Amino acid sequence: MANTMDSPRTAVSNPPVQPMETNLTQRDLIRRSATSELPQPERQLTPVAKLIDVSKCIGCKACQSACVEWNDTNPAVGENVGVYENPHDLTADMFTLMRFTEWVNPETDNLEWLIRKDGCMHCADPGCLKACPAPGAIVQYSNGIVDFIHDNCIGCGYCVKGCPFNIPRISKADHRAYKCTLCSDRVAVGQGPACAKACPTQAIVFGTKEDMKKHAEGRIADLKSRGYANAGLYDPPGVGGTHVMYVLHHNDKPQIYADLPVDPKISAVVQTWKGATKYAGLAVMSLAAAGTILHGLFAKANRVSKHEEEEAKELVDESVEHAEKREEDA
Amino acid sequence: MSTPAGTKHTKLGSEDSIRRGPPVEVVRYGPGKRINHWVTAISLILLLLSGLAMFHPSLFFLTELFGGGQMTRWLHPWIGVVLFISFFILFAQLWKLNLPNRDDVKWASRITDVIGGHEENLPELGKYNAGQKFIFWGMAALIIVLIVTGIMAWEQYFGHLTSIPTQRIALLLHSLAAVAIILVFILHVYAAIWTRGTIRAMTRGTVTGGWAWRHHRKWLKDIAGRGRIDPAE
Repeated sequence: MANTMDSPRTAVSNPPVQPMETNLTQRDLIRRSATSELPQPERQLTPVAKLIDVSKCIGCKACQSACVEWNDTNPAVGENVGVYENPHDLTADMFTLMRFTEWVNPETDNLEWLIRKDGCMHCADPGCLKACPAPGAIVQYSNGIVDFIHDNCIGCGYCVKGCPFNIPRISKADHRAYKCTLCSDRVAVGQGPACAKACPTQAIVFGTKEDMKKHAEGRIADLKSRGYANAGLYDPPGVGGTHVMYVLHHNDKPQIYADLPVDPKISAVVQTWKGATKYAGLAVMSLAAAGTILHGLFAKANRVSKHEEEEAKELVDESVEHAEKREEDA
Repeated sequence: MSTPAGTKHTKLGSEDSIRRGPPVEVVRYGPGKRINHWVTAISLILLLLSGLAMFHPSLFFLTELFGGGQMTRWLHPWIGVVLFISFFILFAQLWKLNLPNRDDVKWASRITDVIGGHEENLPELGKYNAGQKFIFWGMAALIIVLIVTGIMAWEQYFGHLTSIPTQRIALLLHSLAAVAIILVFILHVYAAIWTRGTIRAMTRGTVTGGWAWRHHRKWLKDIAGRGRIDPAE
């Protein structure tokens, strides 16, 4: 089934067992970091998305385990400091993290335990890719997946500055940036992301972005019928929408979910640095260099004349004479 | 050794002294300052190449000079540290002579004569003119901005020192300061080439008497007046 379609429609079904060619190739790139002339892909893959229904999450961390398992990372054994998060933050070895918030709803005075699975949002307008100076270290496929190509990564950490969600982490071991790949290597061969596959409550589901939006609509209607008047879909337009979306019971205040940004967008500082500064800076430097070369070729050089050499000699001779006279007088 | 020019002993070849020649030569920089200058200059050129590689994609190929992107990213900040130390050793020795004075105002107000090479219309100057002082202070200020913002952006060791929004501003300032220092660098190199006879001050350490007379007459007169003159051979 899956090999007749360009991308898997679910993470739940078992994967095809026959070998398959990767469906995500260089020809499917719509953006490539530090690359100005990228040929437009011949085909458009169906946009995919992961939908995380926060209201269905039980905080079991199976998604984290599945992520570690599939990506073969080895997060360091943690230390219990009395918080639910484990590890305490995203790391170069932990691409996804359950973040827990104990929130007292001021309207009902109920304690609500908010659990949000944090990780790369796969922005349609990715700040990491915009900031990246290394050609091809960050790519975006036409299905929406934003991926780090570690062979091309130089470890500068610009992606960290570019990201509006504080996601990428630089490995201290190999000095390359790491984050959730949306299991691009699984999706490429017809399988859904490992976290979605492992989720016991199907709080994480995967499919086409359109299907996920429809699925979210049903969930939101259900939540609204249960009294969550502000339930909604988090698909922030400031970054062109994302390919990881949340169903939030309190979509009017995303910030209560462990500081999920209310209106994320690429920072204006990053835009200036990677926009005007880059182009105007290069232009100004080139003009200055060209200007001096032209001046050097066509303007008369500032030369010392013979006359001036003689003046100097006279001055020195006079000084010596004066000094000798003073010596004699003394 | 006789001391034809007064009672003071002038060590042969020491800075700010005249060799009677012929031809008359003036020692402008001792070996210490010259080595110091070239360590700074080579560092600046390496920083410029490695920094530009990370500044604009069309210049990323420059990373090949340093053994690839990872090596460039690793080396750039360390060269920055070398430049910072080297420049500020130079700074400590030169800052007093680069304090602005009234002649600088006059010189700067006649900048068209400077560019036109009509030095006869300019005031007599000490060891440095206003242009050289501008380069000196410009370099000093920009190097401070670059080292401070550079450390903030030094992911490997200082990535956790400041917040991400602060690091964004640091990187923007770092690239703006880098563009500015490259402009100052171009001006510095070009002025040294255009004003013939200048570069030897930083290679051999000496300039001709005529060069000193033409460009820094007050400095020449001062040295001669103080009797810092080596004997004629």
